[in-house]
Amino acid sequence: MKVAVASGKGGTGKTTLSVALALVAPQPVMLLDCDVEEPNGHIFLTLEAMETETVTVAVPEIDAATCRACGECMRICRFNAIISLGAKALVFPELCHSCGGCARVCPSGAISEIPRRIGTIDSGIAGHVTLVQGRLDVGNAMATPLIRAVKRHADRGVATIIDCPPGTSCPMIAAVRGADFVILVTEPTPFGLHDLTLAVETVRTLAIPFGVIVNRADTGDSRVADYCSHEEIPILLNIPENRRAAEAYSRGESILSAMPDLTAALRDIWRRIGGGEA
Amino acid sequence: MKIAITTSGETLAAPLDSRFGRAPRFLIYDTETGTYRTVDNAQNLNAVQGAGIQAAQTVAQTGVSRLITGHCGPKAFRVLRAAEIEVFHTDAPTVQEALDRMDKGELLAAQDADVEGHWL
Amino acid sequence: MKEIVIISGKGGTGKTSLTASFAALAANAVLADCDVDAADLHLVLAPQLRRTTAFFSGHEAVIRRDNCSGCGECMALCRFAAVSLDKESGSYEIDPAGCEGCGVCVHFCPAGAIDFPERLCGEWFISDTRFGPMVHARLGIAAENSGKLVSLVRKEAKRIAMERSADLLLVDGPPGIGCPVIASITGADLVVVVTEPTLSGRHDLERVLHLARHFRIPACVCVNKWDINPETTERIEEESRQSGATVLGRIPYDRAVTKAQIEGQSVVELGNGAAAREIIKIWVRLNLQL
Repeated sequence: MKVAVASGKGGTGKTTLSVALALVAPQPVMLLDCDVEEPNGHIFLTLEAMETETVTVAVPEIDAATCRACGECMRICRFNAIISLGAKALVFPELCHSCGGCARVCPSGAISEIPRRIGTIDSGIAGHVTLVQGRLDVGNAMATPLIRAVKRHADRGVATIIDCPPGTSCPMIAAVRGADFVILVTEPTPFGLHDLTLAVETVRTLAIPFGVIVNRADTGDSRVADYCSHEEIPILLNIPENRRAAEAYSRGESILSAMPDLTAALRDIWRRIGGGEA
Repeated sequence: MKIAITTSGETLAAPLDSRFGRAPRFLIYDTETGTYRTVDNAQNLNAVQGAGIQAAQTVAQTGVSRLITGHCGPKAFRVLRAAEIEVFHTDAPTVQEALDRMDKGELLAAQDADVEGHWL
Repeated sequence: MKEIVIISGKGGTGKTSLTASFAALAANAVLADCDVDAADLHLVLAPQLRRTTAFFSGHEAVIRRDNCSGCGECMALCRFAAVSLDKESGSYEIDPAGCEGCGVCVHFCPAGAIDFPERLCGEWFISDTRFGPMVHARLGIAAENSGKLVSLVRKEAKRIAMERSADLLLVDGPPGIGCPVIASITGADLVVVVTEPTLSGRHDLERVLHLARHFRIPACVCVNKWDINPETTERIEEESRQSGATVLGRIPYDRAVTKAQIEGQSVVELGNGAAAREIIKIWVRLNLQL
């Protein structure tokens, strides 16, 4: 069972809820933090048995002696990552998407693929929760390959929560793809609603069942509730604004400490999702 | 020797364009004959990334040994140097003024890119 | 003309709300919404659309079913798990949401059965608002957000700013530190980072300040909802200064911020509450940095 926690808008409470869902899960659970640009899941868990692995992607390396400067590599590359200039061929690894086309097309066999570091995957254990977190190296532009690497850590037999990056473009898609259910977290404001509609459209394109959690539900107005009602989208939970919860969050504590009632509500969500309800 | 200068115009009186990757065209000046032609900085505008690299390739194909521009980012610089083209920076207002300053020896060949790359 | 980009690292700290207030306070500005993935600035600025342009970027591979021989070479070559077999028809198909646009399958398909059309990724707009012209965009669902659309929005906004001799280009930036953020800040005169007094906010702030330093752009910081955790606010401000950033101020938690959003107004237009007053001070200090 893989549950993705996503949103259109940033700051709605994805990580807060991902961590809380992990903590109340009735079984061992894996939490994949796929917000690799700004991973925060580790802040809320006391982790042991920490491990780090370096994540790389394949980029081309040209053997100058074998290269015949035919330019085939340059012609197949869609990303301007490899240039053939007279006798020399240049690689721009930071632009490479690791498709392997240049290596495959080279008639001289002059191109091999070498690893290039893009970030790390850190993992640790907090009780029954195993956290696997991707962390993109600052200055590196592409989050998606690292997100895919984090997802490859998913263990088939273990319930998994995927903490997704905000937005609806390629990084969010890479994180959400393959999930059995998506929880969209929102807030009842104009920005919240607008970005929720984008996220809903995205999840519908991926054809994954989903439901909504409204955070800070007593601020703002009824527009999100009205929208969900009109679109027949289940609202799994409304969480009221809670100053003490915000303060606890600011200190890196789980929301459950300030709002213990949430435990039962979140366990109920697990039941609903696990039971195939959508 | 042939020199490329980034410009938005078509003649020696035209303004020098300070950008390299996004300059509208290059004026190619032949110092031996005193003649020139312009080359459009046409790129695959649909490319996801790497405009500076493509511009550098365009320049490399013209057979120049020097480029005069305002600023040049690291990726373009790398391609130009690999093509053995020397890069010169100037704030000269026109193509002619840039060539004059080069003639007088007022311009120095750049050792490195002088601006950070734009992502695109 | 100075270009200021408002970013955050962590999402949801208040970038767009602050940008809208800056737009209200600026005398002669052009606005750009570079959070093309989840653009919200228009919800406060109520733009009047003047021009819409389709945005194409890269390509996508599409298999012509009738010509597909079912050899499976495309699936073997695809590194992005975008190709699957339709068992009923025996031909292969490509998931557009997974296709990276690399063209490898197109090149190597023995039957030449794969088309490679340009990909329509979204649209960008030029509009008028009560605070000046605005350039914004809408990225399509599952579209790649390489930063190309962001760069386009900035380029157009800059062009308009030059044409109108605007003093300021205000850019509402995206969250994170990846391609779209990089595309929104390179070459800017200043970034203003809006953060929140939480461990997450602090952690993400450090990464985005690192990014700004990497691209050699001066940074200013302001903490939003600072009273949620005064101790962390102090720490954030101290760390910001140590990293070379200027601290502009601290905005208190104020329900007027949400109220303004609901009424389609910037915070400083709505009234003279605590947040509005602080935003004005921040604006004044920001201008001193320019």
